[in-house]
Amino acid sequence: MNIADFKSDDPIAWCPGCGNFGILNAVKKALVLLDVKPNQVLLVSGIGQAAKLPHYIKCNCFNGLHGRALPVAAGAKIANPDLTVIVTTGDGDCYGEGGNHFIHNIRRNVDITVIVHDNQIYGLTKGQASPTTDAGYITKVQPYGVVADALGPLELAIALNAGFVARGYSRESDYLANLIVEAVNHKGFSLIDVLQPCVTFNKKNTYQWYSERIYKLDNSHDPSDKKKAYEKAAEWGERIPVGIIYRNNRPSFDQRLGLSARKPIIDEDLSSIDISSLMNEYV
Amino acid sequence: MNQEISVRIAGEAGMGMQTVGTVFCSVLRRAGYHIFANQDYMSRIRGGNNFFQIRVAGFNLYCPRVSCNILVALDGASPGLHAGSLAPSGIMIFDHEKYGAGLSDSRLFEVPLHRLAVENGGSELFVNSVACGFLAYLLDLKIGYVHEALHATFGTKGEEIVRKNIDAANAGYSFGKSSYRGEIFRVEKGAMPGPYLMNGNDAIVLGAVAAGCTFYSAYPMTPSTSIMEGMAYYEKKGFPIIVEQAEDEIAAINMVIGASFAGARSMASTSGGGFALMVEGLSLAGMTETPVVIVDAQRPAPATGFPTRTEQADLNFLIHAGHGEFARAIFAPGTAEEAFSLTWHSFNIAEEYQIPVLIMTDQFLADSYRDIEGLDFKSVKIIRHIASEKDIKQYGVYKRYRFTDSGISPRAIPSRISDVVYVDSDEHTEEGHITEDAEVRIRMVEKRYHRKMELLSRTLMKPKSFNLENAECVLIGYGSTYGVMKEVCASVADNKIGFIHLSQVWPFPSSDIVGMLGSAKKKITVEGNAGAQLAGLIRRETGISVDTSILKYDGRPISFDYLMEKLKGEL
Repeated sequence: MNIADFKSDDPIAWCPGCGNFGILNAVKKALVLLDVKPNQVLLVSGIGQAAKLPHYIKCNCFNGLHGRALPVAAGAKIANPDLTVIVTTGDGDCYGEGGNHFIHNIRRNVDITVIVHDNQIYGLTKGQASPTTDAGYITKVQPYGVVADALGPLELAIALNAGFVARGYSRESDYLANLIVEAVNHKGFSLIDVLQPCVTFNKKNTYQWYSERIYKLDNSHDPSDKKKAYEKAAEWGERIPVGIIYRNNRPSFDQRLGLSARKPIIDEDLSSIDISSLMNEYV
Repeated sequence: MNQEISVRIAGEAGMGMQTVGTVFCSVLRRAGYHIFANQDYMSRIRGGNNFFQIRVAGFNLYCPRVSCNILVALDGASPGLHAGSLAPSGIMIFDHEKYGAGLSDSRLFEVPLHRLAVENGGSELFVNSVACGFLAYLLDLKIGYVHEALHATFGTKGEEIVRKNIDAANAGYSFGKSSYRGEIFRVEKGAMPGPYLMNGNDAIVLGAVAAGCTFYSAYPMTPSTSIMEGMAYYEKKGFPIIVEQAEDEIAAINMVIGASFAGARSMASTSGGGFALMVEGLSLAGMTETPVVIVDAQRPAPATGFPTRTEQADLNFLIHAGHGEFARAIFAPGTAEEAFSLTWHSFNIAEEYQIPVLIMTDQFLADSYRDIEGLDFKSVKIIRHIASEKDIKQYGVYKRYRFTDSGISPRAIPSRISDVVYVDSDEHTEEGHITEDAEVRIRMVEKRYHRKMELLSRTLMKPKSFNLENAECVLIGYGSTYGVMKEVCASVADNKIGFIHLSQVWPFPSSDIVGMLGSAKKKITVEGNAGAQLAGLIRRETGISVDTSILKYDGRPISFDYLMEKLKGEL
């Protein structure tokens, strides 16, 4: 497979210069590196600018409701573990509207990869605060600045013992592609929070702002050390780390249920289900 | 000799009324009686007062009576609470040694249930079996039937448990023989009862298992929870089913949609409040044309309402639920047998038309037991309507939302065809990509809504009717009122009353109803709600106004006696 195999003809509706382009390229590169065919991949999204991404790649796509990508992805993966399931979602979609699903799908640990396009703002609704907008940031509906403190999605994921927690940067497309490959290869729920400038509505967290702060984690960081991982996840300000922050090998949903030992439920021959003895239970 | 009697077993939550109730149902069925049993329970785990009422007769039973002939009072409060529901000639069984003197009521008969349980079973846990034994004596049933029922119920817990229960039951029976000198409540026998005991939720589970439902997700909510337990039971037994408890009903329906999109026959169940959370997902299923089957086991609302009681007030809600316009089918089973057949049928309809299908039941149907002859497993058909590689090749490029002559687009399973499948909650092109084109919009709306409603209206379940030709008065109901209408109609002299039962309420079977109601002199809807929702629906869909509606919205089922009383003034 090469990049051209994943080319979609759907015209792109993002603003010129949007950080989403870097993520789109990274996903395509990762799919090539993973050596999967378009029909083996399922991209699931909710609503928002990030959620349009699946249309711009040739592979199976379920573009559902705002905040609801994770349960759809989990249901699809449980039904057909053969699919490589990747969710492309945003900070509002995943951490706001879908916050409950975020928490419980980390617990559920179905083998899906979640890429959060985190631009720290609501783009599609034109510039309101998202759960990751820095406190004090002024918007049209937060004229005195955002009152709530920003959510730390990586700290939350580590607290929930997520098996794979990483941070990427949309401008570092090759680096991000490798993170996506690692995430997909991880058995279980994997999270990549991708810092992504919104060139239209986020005047603070710009390309320049990120580029001055971002550094790549090297071998000196041990992602299996939960305490250290938590410190790295919380590092935000003058310096912001990207890379694999935390990982563990806790069993995935299908490992716990032994699903890999049986065929996908979608391949069951339904007409051969033996229902003859069912009534014995009701004598 | 009695034509029929009703036995009410009452006590605090946690005392095991359901267990003793179902064991005694099993005893009665083995002894050759038909039974109908309903449960009245409070929203609490311990304490309060619940009851399990069993109607016993030599003929088929479909509904409860309002009062009872025998009351088994398992706690101190029950004699006072239920004295008003006990027939003047009835008997009240009460443990005076445990709970004191009790009421001064001539119907009271003292049975030392706890002492006999401890002396014969070794623990107070066996009170219920003592009661079962005593009841067997009171109804002149052979104690052997009690032994058989106890074996069937407790057999999996080991011989010793069975033995202790039998010893306790024998003690109850012997106590009756030696101490009871009152009337024996013999009931006339007739045709043999069916060999099975089943409630509505059991039947839905079996319908889903038989239909090949392989993915199920829900959030626990009374009175739907036993469907989830049933599905998990069959998962454990080795059927190809995966049951996943969701974090909320929003997740449940979205997981079901995801699994169905991926190719699994999928279902969720809930009650009204949970269904309210699913409504957004219902609209998603409508827009994405993803088949799903959802059960709404209704309970009294608004909001939390009466969590453990019954009502039929979600009719309008289910018909209208979801933002925007899209096709759906809604079934309303009246019995366990119908719950079974409509459930497997729902999966076929959902997949054939790529729509959400709703099954509307209520706590009364969900929790009520009847003896049944069996379920019609032979009729079960599994028709998937899934497009194969060969099917899609005829078009060249695969388009999930292709406009076709049949009006139904080809639904292929991701990864099982060589092409890819795009699905979108936004308005979309035939390819499944987002569009804002007005012409495409019009054609998509017509495909999803007009065309599918038209196709669905050709597959409607014909309403069931009885005695329409001769009746002065025709009753009309949906769902769980079937049984009470059936019995009442059969019992009124000179065939004065007929009835129509709607098994499907959406699309509304308008032409059938117009035909059936055409010559009726008096038309009355029978509904478990306050708004006469069915009467309104009939008027809206057919222009026919019914004469009146008999309604009930106190959270309790419509009993035989209630409907007869209400009809007195109408005949």
